[in-house]
Amino acid sequence: MASTLLDPKTKERVRKQISGGGVDWRGTTFVVALLCALLVTLAILVILVADQLQLGWSVFTERLWDFLNGSLRSQPDDPLIGVKQGLVGTFWIAVFTIFLAFPTGIAAAVYLEEYAPRNRFTSFIDLNIRNLAGVPSVVYGILGLTIFVQQLEWLTKGPTLMAAGLTISVLVLPIVIITSAEAVRAVPQPLREAGYGVGSTKWEVIRHHILPYAAPGILTGTLLSLARAVGEAAPLILVGAITGRLASEGSFVDLGQLTERFTAMPIVITTWASRPQKEFIPLAAAAIIVLLLFVLVLNATAILLRNHFERKREGR
Amino acid sequence: MADERAPAQSGAEGGPEDRHFGHADRREHAAPSISLKADFASNHGTDEATAGAEVVLDVRDVAVYYGDFRAVGGVTLPIRMNEVTAMIGPSGCGKSTMLRAFNRMNDLIVGARIEGLISYHGIDLYAPNVDPVEVRRRIGMVFQKPNPFPKSIYDNIAYGPRIAGRRKGLEEVVERSLRSAALWDEVKDRLKDSALSLSGGQQQRLCIARAIAVEPDVVLMDEPCSSLDPIATNAIEELIRQLREAYTIVIVTHNMQQAARISDRTAFFTTNVNGGKRTGELVEFDFTDKLFTNPGDQRTEDYLTGRFG
Repeated sequence: MASTLLDPKTKERVRKQISGGGVDWRGTTFVVALLCALLVTLAILVILVADQLQLGWSVFTERLWDFLNGSLRSQPDDPLIGVKQGLVGTFWIAVFTIFLAFPTGIAAAVYLEEYAPRNRFTSFIDLNIRNLAGVPSVVYGILGLTIFVQQLEWLTKGPTLMAAGLTISVLVLPIVIITSAEAVRAVPQPLREAGYGVGSTKWEVIRHHILPYAAPGILTGTLLSLARAVGEAAPLILVGAITGRLASEGSFVDLGQLTERFTAMPIVITTWASRPQKEFIPLAAAAIIVLLLFVLVLNATAILLRNHFERKREGR
Repeated sequence: MADERAPAQSGAEGGPEDRHFGHADRREHAAPSISLKADFASNHGTDEATAGAEVVLDVRDVAVYYGDFRAVGGVTLPIRMNEVTAMIGPSGCGKSTMLRAFNRMNDLIVGARIEGLISYHGIDLYAPNVDPVEVRRRIGMVFQKPNPFPKSIYDNIAYGPRIAGRRKGLEEVVERSLRSAALWDEVKDRLKDSALSLSGGQQQRLCIARAIAVEPDVVLMDEPCSSLDPIATNAIEELIRQLREAYTIVIVTHNMQQAARISDRTAFFTTNVNGGKRTGELVEFDFTDKLFTNPGDQRTEDYLTGRFG
C-alpha cells in the first residue's frame, strides 16, 4: 500500500509548510513593541539629562568650583550661591541610610526567611512590611517630625540632620527588607544542604553560604533604596530642612553638624525651581545635574560590588 | 580543640599514606554484564568475614513522618562498620527519606519527625541533648546532584575542618581528602580554581572528598551517580570500594546492578498503597549475594527480575 507521503501533491504541501514560511507577524510586532518601550525609556532619560545640562551649562562653565562650594542665598546673582550645604546634607543622609537601614533591613530579612516560623503571625508581618513600602513619603515625614524631631529631641536636638537621616532610613527600610528577603529566598536549597551536610551550624550556613550567594540580589535592592533615599524631598520639608539661608559651615566631616539645622539637594532643587526669578533656572538645572552625578557615583559603586559577588558565585 | 581523630582502621603507624588511592591501580572493566550473578562474583568473598562486624548505626523499627503522613516505616536496619550497605527499591519508597534521617538532615524540613530508635555507637541520635551539627560531622552526606560550594577547590575541602575548629594542617587535610577521593592528580595544580569549573564527575568526587575531610565514621550517599555518565559512575564505584576500608558507607541507589556491584549488604524497600497514600516500607535486608540470588520475599524477586519498578 503506497504511503500518502509519496503523493506528489502532499509532498508539495509539506515542502511549502516547512520551508515556504510566512513571516511571524505577531512575534515581530511583539519584539518591536518591546524595543519601543525600551527606546521611550531611554529617550525620556536622555531628554531629561540633556535639557537640564543645556539649561545649567552656563553655571558649570562660568563658576563650577564656586557653585560646588557655595551656600544657600536669596539672590541668584549672589557670587556665594552654591550647593555645598545641599551636598553635605545629602551625603549624610546617604551615610545614615547605608549604616542604619541596610544592616537592619538585611538582618530583618534573614530572620524572616531563615528563622521565623511560617504561621499567620509572620504572614501578617510580611503583609505589613509590603504595605509600608507603598506608604507615601510625606507620611514618613510626619513620623519623623513626631518621633525624631520632637520625642527624641534629647538625641537629635530637634529638626536636625540626624533627624533627617533617621527619617529617610526608616522610609527605605521596608524596601530593603523586601528585596533582601527575595534574594535570600532565591538561594538554592542544595547549597544549604551542602553546608549542613559538613556540620555547619545555621549561623555558619547563613554567613558563609547564603549571604555571599544572595549578595548580588541584596545589593541591587540596596542600590534602588539608596537612590530613592537621596531623592526624597517631601519628608525633609516636614522634618525641617532649610530653604532660605542656612548658617552652617557645610563641612563633610564635621560631626557636630548632625545636631544642627540642615538642607539637602532635593530641597535646594525644589527651592530654586520654585523661585520666580528666571536667573534661578540655570542654578536649579545645575543642581539637578550635580545630584544625578552623585547618585551615579553611588550606583556605580554598588554595581561594581554586585558584579564582584556575581563573579565569585559563578566561580569566574 | 581540633577534631583530630585517627581513622579507626589504619592504626597508629598508618598515617596519610594509607589513604592515597591513586589512579594507578584502576582495573579494566569489561562491558557491563546483564547477569547479576557475574557482577558480584568478583567482589564478595569477604562477606563471611564481616558477618560479625560491629554495628555502627542501629536502626530499630523506625518510621519517618511528614506531619501526619507516614513516608516510610517498619525499618530495622543494623548498619555495620566498614561495610557498604545499599538501599534499593522503586521510586517513592522512602529510601532517601530514611537515609536523611540517619544524620538528622530531615530536621531541615518543617514537620518531619521520626518514631523508633536510631542509635549511633549506642547514643540515640534524636535524644533532646544531642547536637545535630556534631551528628552531621560524624555522619556525612553526599547528595544526588553534585553541590560544591561556589568557592575554590581548596576552600571546598578546607571549609568543614575549618569550622570544626582546625587552624593548622589544613593543606595536609585537603591533599589527603583529595587523594582518598581519587581526585588529587587531576586538581593538584589548580586548587585555587573554582570548584564549579570541574566536570560533573569531578564535582561529585569533590563532594565526596569534602564529606570525608571532616573525618566522619559514616558516609551516606543519596544516589550519588544518578546524574553522572557511565565513566564517572565507574570512577565513583571504584572509589566506594576503596573507601569501605576506612569508612562505613550507606548508599541509596536506583540502579540495582550498582548495588550488586559494590555493596556488602542490601536493603530492599517498596511502596504500599494505603488508602490512596503511598508509604514506603522495608521488605528485606540481607547479604547482597543472598538477596540477589535467593531473595526471601516474593516482592524482592519481582523487583529484581523486573516485573515492576
